[in-house]
Amino acid sequence: MGSFMLETFGHLPVGWLAFVVIAAVACGAFLAGRSRATALQQGASARMNSQPNYHGYYLAIWTAVPAALVLVLYALFGEQVARQMLMGELPSGFDAMTAIERSQYLDRAGEAARMDEAAVEGHPLFAAVSRRLAELGGLVKFWAVGLALLAGAGGFAYARRNLGEGFRARQSVEGAVRLLLFACAAIAIATTAGIVVSLFFESLRFFARIPVFSFLFGLEWNAQTNADFGAIPLFFGTFLISLIAICVAAPVGLYAAIYLSEYASRRTRGWVKPILEVLAGIPTVVYGFFAILVMAPAVRGLALWLNGLPFIPDEFFAASPTNALAAGLVMGVMIIPFVSSLSDDVLNAVPQSLRDGAYAMGATKSETVKQVVMPAALPGIIAALLLAVSRAIGETMIVVMAAGLRPQITPDPTAEITTITVQIVALLTGDSEFDSPKTLSAFALGFVLFVMTLIFNLIALRVVRKYREKYD
Amino acid sequence: MTGMMGTDAEAMSKAGSVAGNETKVDCRNIDVYYGDNQAIFDISMDIPARAVTSFIGPSGCGKTTFLRCINRMNDTIDTARVEGEIFMDGEDVNSPKIDPVLLRSRVGMVFQKPNPFPKSIFDNIAYGPRIHGLTASRSELDELVEESLTRAGLWAEVKDRLDQPGTSLSGGQQQRLCIARAIAVHPEVILMDEPCSALDPIATAKIEELIDELRQRFCIVIVTHSMQQAARVSQKTAFFHLGELVEFDDTENIFTNPQDKRTLDYITGRFG
Repeated sequence: MGSFMLETFGHLPVGWLAFVVIAAVACGAFLAGRSRATALQQGASARMNSQPNYHGYYLAIWTAVPAALVLVLYALFGEQVARQMLMGELPSGFDAMTAIERSQYLDRAGEAARMDEAAVEGHPLFAAVSRRLAELGGLVKFWAVGLALLAGAGGFAYARRNLGEGFRARQSVEGAVRLLLFACAAIAIATTAGIVVSLFFESLRFFARIPVFSFLFGLEWNAQTNADFGAIPLFFGTFLISLIAICVAAPVGLYAAIYLSEYASRRTRGWVKPILEVLAGIPTVVYGFFAILVMAPAVRGLALWLNGLPFIPDEFFAASPTNALAAGLVMGVMIIPFVSSLSDDVLNAVPQSLRDGAYAMGATKSETVKQVVMPAALPGIIAALLLAVSRAIGETMIVVMAAGLRPQITPDPTAEITTITVQIVALLTGDSEFDSPKTLSAFALGFVLFVMTLIFNLIALRVVRKYREKYD
Repeated sequence: MTGMMGTDAEAMSKAGSVAGNETKVDCRNIDVYYGDNQAIFDISMDIPARAVTSFIGPSGCGKTTFLRCINRMNDTIDTARVEGEIFMDGEDVNSPKIDPVLLRSRVGMVFQKPNPFPKSIFDNIAYGPRIHGLTASRSELDELVEESLTRAGLWAEVKDRLDQPGTSLSGGQQQRLCIARAIAVHPEVILMDEPCSALDPIATAKIEELIDELRQRFCIVIVTHSMQQAARVSQKTAFFHLGELVEFDDTENIFTNPQDKRTLDYITGRFG
């Protein structure tokens, strides 16, 4: 095969085409399997184990999956393979380059190779390298497609041989379905694990420079100047704002849930509940806007007014233009639907028979709710609150906009304050070196944040499991 | 009060009589609707005090719905509407003057499935007395709890673990707990909605024994699917069919000499 053909082949959109071909071939395999099984069925002495359709699926799976696997492998590693082959051919002059320079050079060559041939101009060596890369790319692709065809044909042949009167195609297909579902679940878990692991190792790099102890218990935070990495002020800020938020969300959300599940008529519930849940769908940046434009000035105004009162010392409240109270209040409103929606579900799960029992004793509605329904729903309500807290701890946008950037430990809610999430954003936005403790500290903070919310979620799960009253 | 007695000769003759017993609950022309569906058609009956009256009939015939009229539990269902008059000691329970909360303290109820509150055994019993302010002191409350549990035949089994959750008891014990809970407020009438349908035969026997003792002091109405149970525990039996009261008489007469063919068919197992 000529190099030109290989190059052209390299440019063909074989990827998508291949998947269409595979799908078509799989359909063919399905039909082949089904008709084979139908034929078998007519000659069969007893009822066959599996319906003809299952034989079809079995054949289709065995044809499509091996071929698709090969192509997926090619998509993941094809370019690397071509590059490795090229590396071996490069003239010795390239050895002088560092690894990074060489890979950048090849990146450019690859870029040029992807363009049309005519675009490859400039230095003759570069042009040659780029052309060779295009050729090798075509070669690898050619092999990959060939291998895929071979794998598909092999799978088909193997599966075709298995078909027979007593063959348990149904079990195999069910197994394949199960495997597919498992793979999807595994992807979610693997992604989480991957994120945690990468966070963990970046944090380790940070802790190699800054001792864990001084990070977790230090009282000064000046990460922007690479000076102090004591995270206590950030923990405090996160704690304070979450506390304010939960003080808003817990009573409001809970009472809203009680109203919805116990008092509201079906019609009222029909329109109140969706509206409440719309709150959860508002982008947090909009809440942040509201916090900075409306709440923060209002809080500041209130603080200034309080400062002006005769019995309060001047400057008693910091009255900062961005402040913890504004962010906390708005965040509280944001998490109301989490509390109310989850609590409402929990309250609805309390069996009607318990309410009937209380009413039949002559309990009033509020007595029934307070003394019978609430205790029965308590574990679920606590879990809802814990989930809301972990949501508040991880919330970023509102605090970035409305809470401020100054790390300090103060009980004054009108003061500027900063949280873990705000600092992560501040540390990672803009130009930053990947190796400085400043950047790495963001990963350490992220890791701490992850551990905190994980703990809250685990506690919530355990509470629900342990104290759930079993009603059926 | 017995003002209603003797005013309705037809009802009297239909009801027969339990010797020396007066009417406790007097139902007149009850209709119940769920939305547009009528579930109960013009039912009238006199329920005697200090006796057990059982309601029998096939599923969906309105026994439970009728039972729930007596303590106005149908109020808790949005779509339900009750028409007619139910006199308890001469007072119409449906009149706006009657507070359902007070009514229900006079008419206790036990449900099909045991439904102990998510509280300790003690608090389950103390619940009613507390919300109605029946006891002045802790010691009085203790006494009342012990008395109720004793009367429900549960005291010996639970006296050492009153602080454990009510849900930790077995099904039969839970049901007796619910009965004890109901009698703790000293009701005049106790309604039982298939109280044994979720229980095994031994627990059922205990509850039936208990019902027999309780009838000395309370007017008891029991809905049951078991005709044997109706025959064993009740003095009066009402047979319901398709929302109508077909026959209401002394239990003995119902089971030995039913007047209506539908009753005969039902008790001989030909339908239902």
